[in-house]
Amino acid sequence: MNDNGTAAPAGATYVRRFDELDRRLHIFLMTSFLGLAFTGLPLLFSERKWARVLSNLVGGFRAAGVLHRSFAIVMVLVFLVHLSRIMKRLFLDKETTILWGPGSMVPQPRDLADMLGHIKWFVGLGPRPQFDRFTYWEKFDYWAVFWGMGIIGGSGFVLWFPKFWSRFLPGDWFNVALLVHGEEALLATVFIFTIHFFNGHLRPEKFPMDTVIFTGVLPLDEVKHERPAEYERLVAEDGVAGIAAPAPTPAELRRGRTIGTIAVCVGLLLVSLTIYALLS
Amino acid sequence: MRVGAVLAALLFAASTLRAAAPAPKPPSNDDCLTCHEDPAAKRADGSSLFVDKKVFEASVHGVAGASCVDCHTDLAKTTDFPHPEKLAKPDCSACHAQQVEDYGKSWHAAARAKDPLSKAAWCSDCHGKHDIRPSSDPTSRTNHFNLPATCMRCHGDPKIFPRAGGADGSEPISFHDSIHGKALEKSGLKVAPNCATCHGYHEIRSPRRDPKSTVARAHVPSTCGSCHSKILEEYSESIHGEQLAKGNESVPVCSDCHSAHAISGTPEVRRLTILAQCGSCHDSSLKSYRDTYHGQVSELGFAAVATCADCHTAHDIHPAGDARSSVGPAKRLATCQKCHAGAGPKFAKYDPHANPHDRGRSGVLWFTALFMKYLLIGVFAFFGVHTALWFPRSVKARREAQRRGGDGDAE
Repeated sequence: MNDNGTAAPAGATYVRRFDELDRRLHIFLMTSFLGLAFTGLPLLFSERKWARVLSNLVGGFRAAGVLHRSFAIVMVLVFLVHLSRIMKRLFLDKETTILWGPGSMVPQPRDLADMLGHIKWFVGLGPRPQFDRFTYWEKFDYWAVFWGMGIIGGSGFVLWFPKFWSRFLPGDWFNVALLVHGEEALLATVFIFTIHFFNGHLRPEKFPMDTVIFTGVLPLDEVKHERPAEYERLVAEDGVAGIAAPAPTPAELRRGRTIGTIAVCVGLLLVSLTIYALLS
Repeated sequence: MRVGAVLAALLFAASTLRAAAPAPKPPSNDDCLTCHEDPAAKRADGSSLFVDKKVFEASVHGVAGASCVDCHTDLAKTTDFPHPEKLAKPDCSACHAQQVEDYGKSWHAAARAKDPLSKAAWCSDCHGKHDIRPSSDPTSRTNHFNLPATCMRCHGDPKIFPRAGGADGSEPISFHDSIHGKALEKSGLKVAPNCATCHGYHEIRSPRRDPKSTVARAHVPSTCGSCHSKILEEYSESIHGEQLAKGNESVPVCSDCHSAHAISGTPEVRRLTILAQCGSCHDSSLKSYRDTYHGQVSELGFAAVATCADCHTAHDIHPAGDARSSVGPAKRLATCQKCHAGAGPKFAKYDPHANPHDRGRSGVLWFTALFMKYLLIGVFAFFGVHTALWFPRSVKARREAQRRGGDGDAE
């Protein structure tokens, strides 16, 4: 739903993009990500005054450590629920379309073409690509989580239980674990709080935010403009009826906007502190 | 009142005339007190010339039966009273030769010699005048428990002693709140040191200007070690102690970490302040430490993680190659296990001063750091440009969408 300050047109057709579980997973992912960033960044920038303030705000480094590990567990659970969902769709429901084609998150030649076309469109050298259900930048965000879960999650668990892991790993792997945990965290937080925020919410077409991840639905008209290939497919296969959904109620919209605004503000605060620390 | 004093002096003079003899007898204490016993008697400038008989008789000199003229020697042969107001300063050396000789070597004496108006202490500034009591007397100014207050009359007053106002733990006034000061003044421990224990009694030399001072850098360890003898033993054998013995005064001595006067018994604070102290010389070690979890947490102000002395020890510091070193191959695991109970040998291979830019120190860390650097640069360069290009196009797209909306959502 393109919520740029105007009310949804009355009588518009809405289609479902995210089901309830996906939306809940995003809320938990978002909360745990913000929590991890909030309790972790003070360590990465411990020489800054604000780091001390944030650290004391959550009750000192011990409390921050407990919170950080708790948020990590939440994030891992989100990841496992999502993985088990994918497994179910693939092996039980035999939903092979998630492996290839427009309904799949797997990067495909078309994504490369879309990306080049998109850049050409930025500079006025071509039309806007006919995006389908998942764009190349959305796929990048999606797989970045997998990469991040592996790198930050893996190194985090090594650092969490150093005595156990030191039975198997050489000592300097802990130095490596701390380094990649911090650097990858820097990559993830700055990426999410700038690039993902811009792509998903803050770019002028979406500003101040896209509530689709909170309400789960978007107007068919928006699909037609932003994801024409998906629109064509839906109309041709008459899939619109299948995923038609009621318009979001004002309460749902308000809730989505509130949660989204808080998350974006916390993220922007953290990324401002980070960039300030990196530049000064 | 003044008339009374003059009358008394006249009577006294008359009495001496009556007893006129070839060799004039020195005036007795009672003779002196004839005038000086009057609490109201004053000199021409209005200052009191009162001497309390009881106080003098209770003093160490009074008890010993000393006579006024034993100290005020220039009055011993005086017959013409009242005597001139200006008298010579009593010379204590007639009896206390060694003490005055020691005092002659002190910074106090040097300061007075340089500037006659100097307020540097003279015998009576610390010991008193007619009321001098032996140090064994609990009311004595120089009693073990009272000495800090006596020294602080000048050294706690910024008008007399400019450094007294400082707040870096080097100023004498902070002694009161130090572990030594509390032990002495609150707990009343007679083994607790006072000023003189470290600085000496009469021969107090300047720690900055006089290398013979008991608290000059080179002598600090032996001075502290006169009580803390086991620590001195460890320190003397450590790399710092060895270097000091060779004349290298840039190594830390006791007071660099513990401060001169504010010496504290709160290890929590010291465990954090030691970082800057060690780091003032070992700056690259401090820098690499800051990149580790220990260094990050301690920088946030929490002392619950290892700081310098936790691994390297406080006094028994040896180079890592030395078999005695707490971080050398022989003792390293035991050092880690002080906090990380149950850690294994591989655990101790962790590098608490890892440097990702030093390929020789750890190749895998160096390579990982390089990879992460280019990963970050790559991702942000691509998406930075991507976003920068998208933004103006998105502004345009928004305007187009608004126009569409204005046209009744038709396209």
